[in-house]
This record gives sequence, structure tokens and C-alpha cells, in this order.
Amino acid sequence: MNETELMDQPAANAPALDAGTQAIFVDYLLHLGDNGLILGQRLGEWCGHGPVLEEDIAMTNIALDLIGQARMLLTRAGEIEGAGRDEDALAYTRDALAFRNLLLVEQPNGDFALTMVRQFLFSAWSYELYRRLTASTDPGLAAIAAKAVKEAAYHRRHSGEWLIRLGDGTAESKRRAQDALDDLWIFTDEMFEAQPGDAALAAAGLIPEPSSLRPDWEAMVERVLAEATLTRPDPGFRREGGRTGRHSEYLGHILSELQFLQRAYPGAQW
Amino acid sequence: MTNVTGLQAGESAEEQAFQAKIDREERIEPKDWMPEGYRKTLVRQISQHAHSEIVGMLPEGNWVTRAPSLKRKAVLLAKIQDEAGHGLYLYSAAETLDASRDEMTEALHDGRAKYSSIFNYPTLSWADIGAIGWLVDGAAIVNQVALCRCSYGPYARAMERICKEESFHQRQGYEIMMVLAQGTPEQKEMAQDALNRWWGPALMMFGPHDSNSVHSSRNMAWKIKRRSNDDLRQQFIDMTVPQAEYLDLSIPDPDLTWNEETGHYEVGPIDWDEFERVVKGGGPVGRERIRDRRRAWEEGAWVREAALAHAEKRRQRKMQAAAE
Ligand SMILES: [Fe+2]
Ligand SMILES: [Fe+2]
Repeated sequence: MNETELMDQPAANAPALDAGTQAIFVDYLLHLGDNGLILGQRLGEWCGHGPVLEEDIAMTNIALDLIGQARMLLTRAGEIEGAGRDEDALAYTRDALAFRNLLLVEQPNGDFALTMVRQFLFSAWSYELYRRLTASTDPGLAAIAAKAVKEAAYHRRHSGEWLIRLGDGTAESKRRAQDALDDLWIFTDEMFEAQPGDAALAAAGLIPEPSSLRPDWEAMVERVLAEATLTRPDPGFRREGGRTGRHSEYLGHILSELQFLQRAYPGAQW
Repeated sequence: MTNVTGLQAGESAEEQAFQAKIDREERIEPKDWMPEGYRKTLVRQISQHAHSEIVGMLPEGNWVTRAPSLKRKAVLLAKIQDEAGHGLYLYSAAETLDASRDEMTEALHDGRAKYSSIFNYPTLSWADIGAIGWLVDGAAIVNQVALCRCSYGPYARAMERICKEESFHQRQGYEIMMVLAQGTPEQKEMAQDALNRWWGPALMMFGPHDSNSVHSSRNMAWKIKRRSNDDLRQQFIDMTVPQAEYLDLSIPDPDLTWNEETGHYEVGPIDWDEFERVVKGGGPVGRERIRDRRRAWEEGAWVREAALAHAEKRRQRKMQAAAE
């Protein structure tokens, strides 16, 4: 990480924002980047352990897309922040409190059903989000979204097809898929919950209102659950806090693995 | 002894025509007649090769979550994905010889089928990811370039696709080593330690000396194998020693010398006892590797069953709809 070099470079096409809005926007970009990073990290744990070779390839592929998105988004966050932090400084030297990812993506892989349900709930949301972000007034984010929306469409289709196979497969696969859905449902509200700064970002045309994604997400989820013959869980207790740094116990363990080498050899180049 | 063409007294007309075709450097295709021994040898070799790609995902997968930068993580994920793809092409090539993927998988899990013993060594540091790319993929390329001219069409074509990707892997691995070798003293030590552990096993990847190789001569006549183990090993050594010098790392072999006359490097004795032990007993982590593969397969059984059951339901619904 060559800090002085990065410091002097103004962000390419940075939108003109007041200092307060800029800080909130950086936080939002971290939210998107961290989602990709942490879910990519989780999928990476499957490497070589998938239920069938084709799925090893597919999960690695999705992980690769998500890590790619994380790299672009964290880079953009660093550019707009202007404090000389690049993708690796942001990924490898922040502690859990500074991570902004959804709680959903840090949940453990569990069995294949849990991994696919997690992917579907997330990708159905991120598809709707990136679709709208292609029109962001930040051209940097809009360009990233244009790529990410295509990837999210594939992730949503792939995981959705698995939900249908598992839900409408055998008795065991149905039970596992329903269990996974019941386990993860409490993390879905967080995706549509606005943070105090979001209104200003939405007003500046940088992001959509989080709640505005809900109807399209609901429609997609309803459609797939119906075909999968799975039951939508009752709205129960909701878990949130990812965007304010209140994470589940899992994130600290994820970071201790992710950041191990950078922490053990501070300042080394790799 | 087999003669140069592989033709032997007492061979049938079919066998003679088959061998003549091979001698003319024409490729054998799945629908062509072939001797049972040829088919069996190829199934053994191709499935062994496929299994190596799959088992090889495990030592590298061990570092995915700890890769030291996001770029390295992405490159490593892409490499592992390539290896899974190689496994897939190779299983498909073996399937053209009437071997089923499930049977081949079973043979791997119950120890009947072998895979490259190099993957029975553990990846202990990040430098091992560099060393695997540089040395293991490097050795694989030397072997596989020779196999691109294999007499069996589907195998040769799979090799051509695979070789292109392997050379990327080799360069990426070497680049990891370069950064470490030029990094902090601890990083350089990490790189040297990895070279110390992987050098010997990499030399063993080419198999026993020609004088001890059981299958060689017939496989040469059939052009399943085009160059001898020692020949390929020598090419790898000559290619790799200068690369280590460029990194300023030392090859862990006190007997290594340059022979001015032959224009080749000469290495000290290879530890074949260790090779035997690793092949037979699985090596340091052979048991874990197979246990992990078996576990993934067993734990995935319900997923595969669900996919089949769902496909069957769809088929029936389609038929019903068509009948109405
Ligand atoms: Fe490979
Ligand atoms: Fe490779």
C-alpha cells in the first residue's frame, strides 16, 4: 500500500458532496464492499468440499464475483474518503466494529441448503439494489453496479434454482431447505432498513431508498418459494446492526482468518 | 521387449491395424476399435489425473480464506476453479472410454485409484501457494505438454486446453515467490522453507526412474506416453534451477551440479523410500485428503438425490401436461 501516492490523487469523477454527506457515502460504499467481501470469504470456505464438482465450480465462481465487487467498491470508498486507504488497507486493517456488512452474509455456511438460501435471499436483494445503482449520481458506483447487476442476476438464478430443486426434491432436502429459510429469515429485514444518513444519499441521487427495493424483492422471493413449495416464515424477531458495526459473534472469527497475514507481518508487501 | 512399432507376433488384424494407425500418428477416437489394455491403461491414467486435479484443490483451498491481499485471493480462487474445471474435462475424457464418474469417484474414495502423491503434503505457509504454482504446476506442464500428443484424441484435446491454464498458474506461483524472495527477511525465509519442502516431492511427480518403471515401454508404443519419466524430470530440473537462482533461493540439494559437457543439471539421489511411503501410506496428510473428499461426497449425497428427484418430478409433470 503506497499511501503517499494514493493520497495526492483526487477521486476520479468524485461527486461534489459536503463533508458530512461524503463521510456517509463512504460508509455506504463500505457496506456494499463488505457484503461482497464477507460473503465471498464464506463461500471460499467451501473450496474443494462441495456436494458435486459442478457446484464447487459454481460456488468458487460466485465467490470470485463477490470478491471482485468488494475490490472495486472498497477502492471506490478509499478514493472518495481521500485518506490514502486502498482496498487492502480497508479489508485487512479494520476491526469488526468498522465493518458495515449485513448480518446475513456473515452467518456460517451450515449445510448446502443454508448456503444456497443465504445466497438467494442476498442475491435477490443485491440484484434489485445494483439495478437501481446503475443510475447513481456517482459515476464510479454506477459503473461498478453495471457489472455487479449482471453477476447478481446469475447468482440469484443459480441459488434460486437450487432452492426449487431442494424444496421440491426429497423429504430430506425439503426439510433442510425449510430449516435454512427459518434460520435466516430474521436477517432479511435488515436489508430494507434505512440508516439515518441514507435519506441524504438518496436525495443526492447516490443510492435508492432501502425500503424501495422491498416490493420487487418480495415478489421474486414469493415466486421462488412457491415453486419450491417452501413456506414463508412468520415475521418474528428481527436481527440487525451490521451497518452500525454491531455484528454477530461470527465476524470476529472471519476477520481473524482473513486478516491473519497482514496482522502478523504489518507493512509487508504480498 | 516391445519393438519400435509396437507390433508383435500373434496380434490380430484389428490389433495390427490399431497399432499401424498409432504409428502413422493418427489419433484414436472413442468409436474406434481399441485393445482392452489400451482402454484400461487410459482410464487408469486419465482418472488418476482427474483425481489429482480434484484432490489438489484441498491444499490450495486451505489458504483461500487467508490470502494476504484481495488480489491474491481472487487469483487463488480462479486457479482453484480452473483445477476443478480440469477435473471435469478429464472425467469427461475418461467417460468416452465407458468409465462412469461415480465409479471413478468411488475408486478414489476407497483407495483403489491413485492421484498425484504431491497433494499428500500439507500447505503450511502462504509461500506454499507460491511454491505449488511454481513447482507443482510447473512439473505438471512439462508432463502435460508431452501428453498433448497422446494417441487418444479426447485426452490429447483435454490436455491442450489444460496446458494453457497451467502456464498461467505457473507464472502466478512464481510471481508470489518473487515478491516473497524480495520481501522482508521473514518472507524470504518463508519462501526458502517452502522450496525446501516442495522440491523433492516435485521431482517425484515424474514417477520412478525409467529403469524401475513398470508400464513404460508398452505405453510408449501406444503413444499414451511420449517421453520417459527421467527425460521429463530432467527438463523440469533444467528449467527450474535457473529460476531458483534468479529468486536467490537455494535448491535443497547439496549434490546439485551443472554438467558442462551434457548441458544439464545433475541432482543428487532422490529419496524413493519416501516416495514409496507416500504412495502407499498416503504421506503426511494423505489420510486427511481422502477423508475430506469422502466427507464432501457423503455429506453431499442428499443434495445429489434431491436434484435427481426434482428432475424426475419435472419430467413426469411434463409428460402429464403433454398427455392432457
Ligand atoms: Fe490443473
Ligand atoms: Fe494448475
